[in-house]
Amino acid sequence: MNAADRISRYSSQERANHWMVALLFVLAALSGLALFHPAFFFLSDFFGGGTWDRILHPFLGVLMFLSFLGLMARFWSHNRYTPADREWLKRIGDVLGNREEGLDTGKYNAGQKTLFWVMVVTTILLLISGVIIWQPWFAPYFPIALLRVAVVVHSLSAWVLIAGIFVHIYAAIWVKGTVRAMTRGYVSRAWAKKHHPAWYREIGK
Amino acid sequence: MASQSLDIARRSATTTQPPNVRGDVPKVAKLIDISKCIGCKACQAACMEWNDYRDKVGTCNGTYNNPPDLDADQWTVMRFTEYEPEGGKLEWLIRKDGCMHCADPGCLKACPAPGAIVQYGNGIVDFHEEHCIGCGYCITGCPFDIPRLSKKDGKAYKCTLCSDRVAVGLEPACIKSCPTGALVFGTKDDMIHHAEGRIADLNSRGFAQAALYDPKGVGGTHVMYVLPHGDKPEIYDRLPKDPGISPWVSVWKGVTKPILGLGLGVIALGGFIHYVTKGPNEADDEDAKEDKHERR
Ligand code: SF4
Ligand code: SF4
Repeated sequence: MNAADRISRYSSQERANHWMVALLFVLAALSGLALFHPAFFFLSDFFGGGTWDRILHPFLGVLMFLSFLGLMARFWSHNRYTPADREWLKRIGDVLGNREEGLDTGKYNAGQKTLFWVMVVTTILLLISGVIIWQPWFAPYFPIALLRVAVVVHSLSAWVLIAGIFVHIYAAIWVKGTVRAMTRGYVSRAWAKKHHPAWYREIGK
Repeated sequence: MASQSLDIARRSATTTQPPNVRGDVPKVAKLIDISKCIGCKACQAACMEWNDYRDKVGTCNGTYNNPPDLDADQWTVMRFTEYEPEGGKLEWLIRKDGCMHCADPGCLKACPAPGAIVQYGNGIVDFHEEHCIGCGYCITGCPFDIPRLSKKDGKAYKCTLCSDRVAVGLEPACIKSCPTGALVFGTKDDMIHHAEGRIADLNSRGFAQAALYDPKGVGGTHVMYVLPHGDKPEIYDRLPKDPGISPWVSVWKGVTKPILGLGLGVIALGGFIHYVTKGPNEADDEDAKEDKHERR
């Protein structure tokens, strides 16, 4: 692709921040799944065994949250819903069927925005519930009845987050040219015009 | 462990059958007859001696509860309550607290570490600290607030019902030390039978509500009480009236685990199917041409 056909989508800081969160997410998710179901317990071997898994998981989670704060600050304002998003949601069937013509999508579509807010909410819930059940530092200061609620909140929000990330990864594979936006920072003009026409016009100005 | 390793009914975080070649072995139980206990704490001392732990020396909190609570280094404590029934009387209630060895143990259900908690065929629930990862989930699972994480090694500890002694045909150390016969040990059937005799005796002495505490909410327990006030277990230092594994723990460990694990698989499969049926979404030459056109 020659330079004239490119549009810059993510700065190098944004990319670095994104991949920092992604790496910490993978580590936190794998070490967390190990504690969630016996079928995943073998994952603790990648972290040095069950006890190390238990020790490391909360620190990985807190680091993930802190680096996600960076993404939140960077992308917050781009993720406010607009009237065009309602149209997008209405035509979700067309979108999944690769018939998105006529949708006037901005920098992010309603699916991406929803995912962003899902991540904001779940990481905050994970942080709060995670601190409450964090042994041996914080858990002893909370009543057992609260610990029971917190583990349920923690595993449900973790599940929603992991499921959301699955969708996020799949969407990037499905819509060709998307991964490059986060690895190299640019997309093709054709990509922008097809998937994010309102953003394309804004940038083109 | 020893010979008991052949008789494991349940094992934490394990989805296959644990070693159980001998099948049915008789269930055992400890019976604590509160009406006979004089609060001498011989059992507390015997537990320390046999299991060889020493809690740090604490301070007196103004009651006979000493030490005031269970700990990783204190697997049984006597809890004293001054109870005033109607008519200006005073009763001094003494309850020996410790693991109840539930038939349906919440600690085992909650534990994520394979083999850190086992339930032997005879009903004893035992922690195997060498497999414990120190997460404290057992604390959230237990309806009786029993397990404690050690500050020294980060592992969870509680009463073993002297599984090492029972395995070789001895009674638990506390039973051996009790001077009044308030503690007895045997098969669960025998202990229920013994309790019936004690309850009949208490009934004849004016304790009409005397009852056996073997709560059904946890499938019954392998440590049971004879309670003179059987209708009011909570007066014995908050002994729960109707204990059971918390619904939160059941949701977390019951439905959530399989459904959520499956859910992730379904989403991954859904993505794959979508890709092979609908195909990728690509910006093509047409889009590029339009773009060129607009740029002009
Ligand atoms: S009393 Fe608590 S620690 Fe003991 S077996 Fe029951 S659930 Fe486990
Ligand atoms: S602290 Fe140990 S025994 Fe308790 S749930 Fe965690 S791994 Fe199991």
